[in-house]
Amino acid sequence: MSKKRNQKLITPEIFRQAIIGSFVKLNPRYMMKNPVMFVVEVGFVITLILSFFPTLFGDAAASNLRTYNIIVSVILFITVLFANFAESVAEGRGKAQAASLKKTQKDTKARLLKDDGSEEVILSSQLKKGDIVMVSAGEIIPGDGEVIEGIASVDESAITGESAPVVRESGGDFCSVTGGTTIVSDWLKIKITSDPGNSFLDRMIALVEGASRKKTPNEIALNTLLVSLTIIFMIVIVTLYPIGVYSGVQLQTSTLIALAVCLIPTTIGGLLSAIGIAGMDRVTRFNVIAMSGKAVEACGDVDTMILDKTGTITYGNRLAADFFPVGGANRSDLVRCAALTSLHDETPEGKSTLELARRLGDNSTETEGSTFIEFTAQTRMSGVDLPNGLKIRKGAADAIEQYVKSLGGQIPEDLHEQVDKISSLGGTPLTVCENSRILGVIYLKDTVKPGMVERFERLRAIGIKTIMCTGDNPLTAATIAKEAGVDGFIAECKPEDKIDVIKKEQAEGKIVAMTGDGTNDAPALAQANVGLAMNSGTTAAKEAANMVDLDSDPTKILEVVEIGKQLLITRGSLTTFSIANDIAKYFAIIPAMFMQAIPQLGVLNIMHLASPYSAILSALIFNAIIIPCLIPLAMKGVKYRPMSSGKTLLRNMLIFGVGGIVTPFIGIKIIDLLIHPLLTLIGLGL
Amino acid sequence: MLQLILTIILYLIMVIPVGIYVYHIAAGKHTFADPVFDRVDGVIYKISGIKPKNGMNWKKYALALLGTNAVMILLGYIVLRIQSLPLFNPNGIGNMEPSLSFNTIISFMTNTNLQHYSGESGLSYLSQMLVITFMMFVSAASGYAACVAFIRGLAGKSKDNVGNFFADLVRITTRVLLPFSIVGGLLLVWQGVPQNLTGNVVVDTIEGAKQVIAMGPIAALEIIKHLGTNGGGFLGANSSTPLENPTIISNLIELYSMMLLPGACVITFGKMVRDRKRDMTAKRATLDEEDALAAKGKIRRSLTIWMYGREGRSIFAAMGIIFVIGLGVCFWAESQGNPALADAGLSQSMGSMEGKEVRFGIAQSAMFTTTTTSFTTGTVNNMHDTLTPLGGMIPLLHMMLNVVFGGKGVGLMNMIMYAILAVFICGLMIGRTPEYLGKKIEGREMKLTALCIIIHPLLILAFSALAVGTAAGLEGITNPGFHGLSQVLYEYSSSAANNGSGFEGLADNTMFWNITTGLAMFFGRYLSIVIQLAIAGSLMKKKFVSESVGTLHTDTASFAVILVFVVYIFAALTFFPVLALGPIAEHLTLWA
Repeated sequence: MSKKRNQKLITPEIFRQAIIGSFVKLNPRYMMKNPVMFVVEVGFVITLILSFFPTLFGDAAASNLRTYNIIVSVILFITVLFANFAESVAEGRGKAQAASLKKTQKDTKARLLKDDGSEEVILSSQLKKGDIVMVSAGEIIPGDGEVIEGIASVDESAITGESAPVVRESGGDFCSVTGGTTIVSDWLKIKITSDPGNSFLDRMIALVEGASRKKTPNEIALNTLLVSLTIIFMIVIVTLYPIGVYSGVQLQTSTLIALAVCLIPTTIGGLLSAIGIAGMDRVTRFNVIAMSGKAVEACGDVDTMILDKTGTITYGNRLAADFFPVGGANRSDLVRCAALTSLHDETPEGKSTLELARRLGDNSTETEGSTFIEFTAQTRMSGVDLPNGLKIRKGAADAIEQYVKSLGGQIPEDLHEQVDKISSLGGTPLTVCENSRILGVIYLKDTVKPGMVERFERLRAIGIKTIMCTGDNPLTAATIAKEAGVDGFIAECKPEDKIDVIKKEQAEGKIVAMTGDGTNDAPALAQANVGLAMNSGTTAAKEAANMVDLDSDPTKILEVVEIGKQLLITRGSLTTFSIANDIAKYFAIIPAMFMQAIPQLGVLNIMHLASPYSAILSALIFNAIIIPCLIPLAMKGVKYRPMSSGKTLLRNMLIFGVGGIVTPFIGIKIIDLLIHPLLTLIGLGL
Repeated sequence: MLQLILTIILYLIMVIPVGIYVYHIAAGKHTFADPVFDRVDGVIYKISGIKPKNGMNWKKYALALLGTNAVMILLGYIVLRIQSLPLFNPNGIGNMEPSLSFNTIISFMTNTNLQHYSGESGLSYLSQMLVITFMMFVSAASGYAACVAFIRGLAGKSKDNVGNFFADLVRITTRVLLPFSIVGGLLLVWQGVPQNLTGNVVVDTIEGAKQVIAMGPIAALEIIKHLGTNGGGFLGANSSTPLENPTIISNLIELYSMMLLPGACVITFGKMVRDRKRDMTAKRATLDEEDALAAKGKIRRSLTIWMYGREGRSIFAAMGIIFVIGLGVCFWAESQGNPALADAGLSQSMGSMEGKEVRFGIAQSAMFTTTTTSFTTGTVNNMHDTLTPLGGMIPLLHMMLNVVFGGKGVGLMNMIMYAILAVFICGLMIGRTPEYLGKKIEGREMKLTALCIIIHPLLILAFSALAVGTAAGLEGITNPGFHGLSQVLYEYSSSAANNGSGFEGLADNTMFWNITTGLAMFFGRYLSIVIQLAIAGSLMKKKFVSESVGTLHTDTASFAVILVFVVYIFAALTFFPVLALGPIAEHLTLWA
């Protein structure tokens, strides 16, 4: 899966579906959900009736009244269609996105273990929850599940992009396997944990498709605002009729409806649900699946981010950077021994040690009959036993110290000094010994990922505090924290410490985001306001989180936060734009309505629109076409740049507030220039 | 012009100590006068069985307010209906008829003071004292108590305790309204305002005609009329008569007494909200951090923050900007004079002096007019009916906004509604869930805020449409055309905003006008207060969210400007069509 799919805004297929969708959505029962556009639809029905019976509501009969009513009803109809089209396009894009996600689920063969112990080969899509399958080296794991027996290394690069295989074994954090990954060595007996079509991924795809989309809290609040604006304008319009009559102005029903439709916030009303769907869609495009729109919005509010050091801020692979001999040992001896222990060490530490040694001119090769000792969590060292009886080891400082002591060796005086020096630099020391003699220390350096420093800078600019969690000692942690530029760190961090930090931050009223993958992380992910789980993580972690990153790239949380903000900004900006538009529409319609009865009010016709009919229709047409014009903006979102709230506000206010006041003045004038000759032709020139 | 600027500067200085004093009363802090007032209050609490320490949640508080007001309405109504009894009634005034009594009692209980009667001929001294003056105290105290409860809710020191309504009512009356009234009243007496219980005096004028000069307890009513932003005059012509407002000094006393307390409310708000922040910082022991930031200049510690409170400052500024714009337009419009009169050969060099008092002139008249409608007092020192069309549009507009300082406390509460609206839009535009004063603004608050903002135009526009659409309503309109519409709009704006001033051209003492304006006043007052208390109740239950550079700051100049725009745009969008048909059409016709 590529990280960014450069999909065009609208494909022909989406366009075709959206056209159909915009007519299907005309159903009043569906329109009711969007009160603003529903008012427009009701207005359309009334003007449609008036097109057939122009004097039904007591409007003064005029020769051109029917034509006028027809034009108004057509424009209103188009307005509703445009709004429905916007929503359909957003939905279409969501569906296309979901379809491409589904393709990633490969259909594979599975070896089902029956109760009697025999095997049966079936398709992975036929697997049910609770089935037990056998998977050996070279085979693809057929579905999400839990390891119940065996230990194996699994290549999860298909999902994570990480080439190094990971160990999966029964019990503990490493028991969860994901469908689509490949076993490299050994075998696993796996209990399938999800029904076909109901895997974690499937459920989330359903969400992306918009099938189970719920309105988010902010959307509800904004909808309330829009509905109340609509109510206020309905009050204005309804009361304007008798007040007009008193002032000697007989207002036409279509004109009042046109004014109402122009004033109510149709622009944002028509685009609101499209913005919401597109927001979810943008997250999905990043290969992050959000469990709800609420989760995406919550991202915009994040104040504190809890990040794991390893994998998120640094590569985690500690790479050899230097050799420091101790106790008067020869540097070349140290390099040679270090190289010898690493000849068959496939870990990044081992590989980089060998690489560095080669660069320093070492060319020691494997001696026939050597026994290589692999690194284990118990011994915390690896090494080689040479045929001549030499035992060379490299490993954690204290482990080697104990090992040497047990052999009766001496600890060189300057060892601790070197170890501390490396730690303080943020590195990890690996001590090398030859039998009972300690030769020196390999300086393993944890490298901060490129671009992280700038990212934290950006986060600070928008007021987000970052806290780094690491199992390292405080000294190492402090060094990395300083290098990466995070605001705080927790050293020697246990999973339960994360929860405490989250709770502490939340007690101060902060919204906390975190990433995690292990079962241990699940409670913290659940506690955090925004929890981003890695797809490579355990099912428990994924269930607890409200977002899952399919690429298992923890740094993505930073982008998701920006998308969340962008979603809210788009909504706010278009609302402001929509409301600001009303000023120009007033200056078009009010003089047009009253000018004939009260000629002095012509002064308010500051746009010098050609005729009352032309003015009203121009405003109405502008009101309709602004919706499709803004669809691209609603889909892509308002451009977001990290800066302080004051600057962001000022910038958006200038663009959408001031722009919202000015644009319609220009737009309505242009439309007026275009349509006035046409209107004159059909007898509406007056 | 200069005298307007001086008047405003003097106000800005005077409002601070008053604001600080009122804040101490509201927050229950120590003041210099405690030794006296604690005893007075103690006696009142004991007699009426009030336990001032017993807090109430917003529902209880609202219920206590409504209940107390309901009882007072009933008692007041009875007094008006039986005022013909020979008790403090030297002028032999008869009983008031039912619909007028209904209108009058609602008018005074809601702090509106819309008068469809003339004080000289419509009320006995007993009614003037027992109903009018009494109501002027308690209606102001009720509104202010609601506001204090509302601020407590926003400050959010507790989860559901907004204070004790009865204790607030007593404290505000004894510690603010009474002492200020006594001092102000004596000053007015010094300026020549009558304060007696004798009957009207009939004198023979030099021309040989007979003139009735009104007497009565005028000064007592006069001061609380302004101090409580009530506005109902003792006499029909209100503060334009020399008996109520004899000199330029009495004019200033009345002007300031209506401006001080609403301004003080904003300061109280600023300081009470700041209290909360200070408590929070103290708790977190990050005071040093703040000092460090202050040193770096990141947090500005300015004099204005000390004076008006951090959050109060931007609200005060927004109100101030709208006020000054309105005052400027009104002053300019009146200075232009009336072209119709100029055509008739009358010099307009002094501006449009029709309906104005020579002792006040254009400047003090424009100031008084803008103030009385901005601070929803409703007292007048000139006839608003004869203002120039645009000059008359300003008082009309400010009542339609109902947020420019507003009546005691209520204006602040209304402004907070617009602040919530502004915060909502701005919050979205910076990409965060909107938050105000550290609380998230979500669906429930938006619903209540929207409801609150809808009520006002609904009352004004619906009743106006009803009045111009029915025969009963049309009967009252004395001026034809655009001005007639302005009269109607003015009457209902004045009622719904609980202002009480009248365009006075209206023949409004009829069943239709008494009932409809009575309803507008009633709903304009109580629906808003209950909804606003509900918002406070809803906000105080929420957790505080933390502040950072990413959050929206509502204590800045730019927020004040945005707030002004939000108020203007919402009002313009709502009222522009009717204003276009009323004052704007009248202006354009007059100057055409």
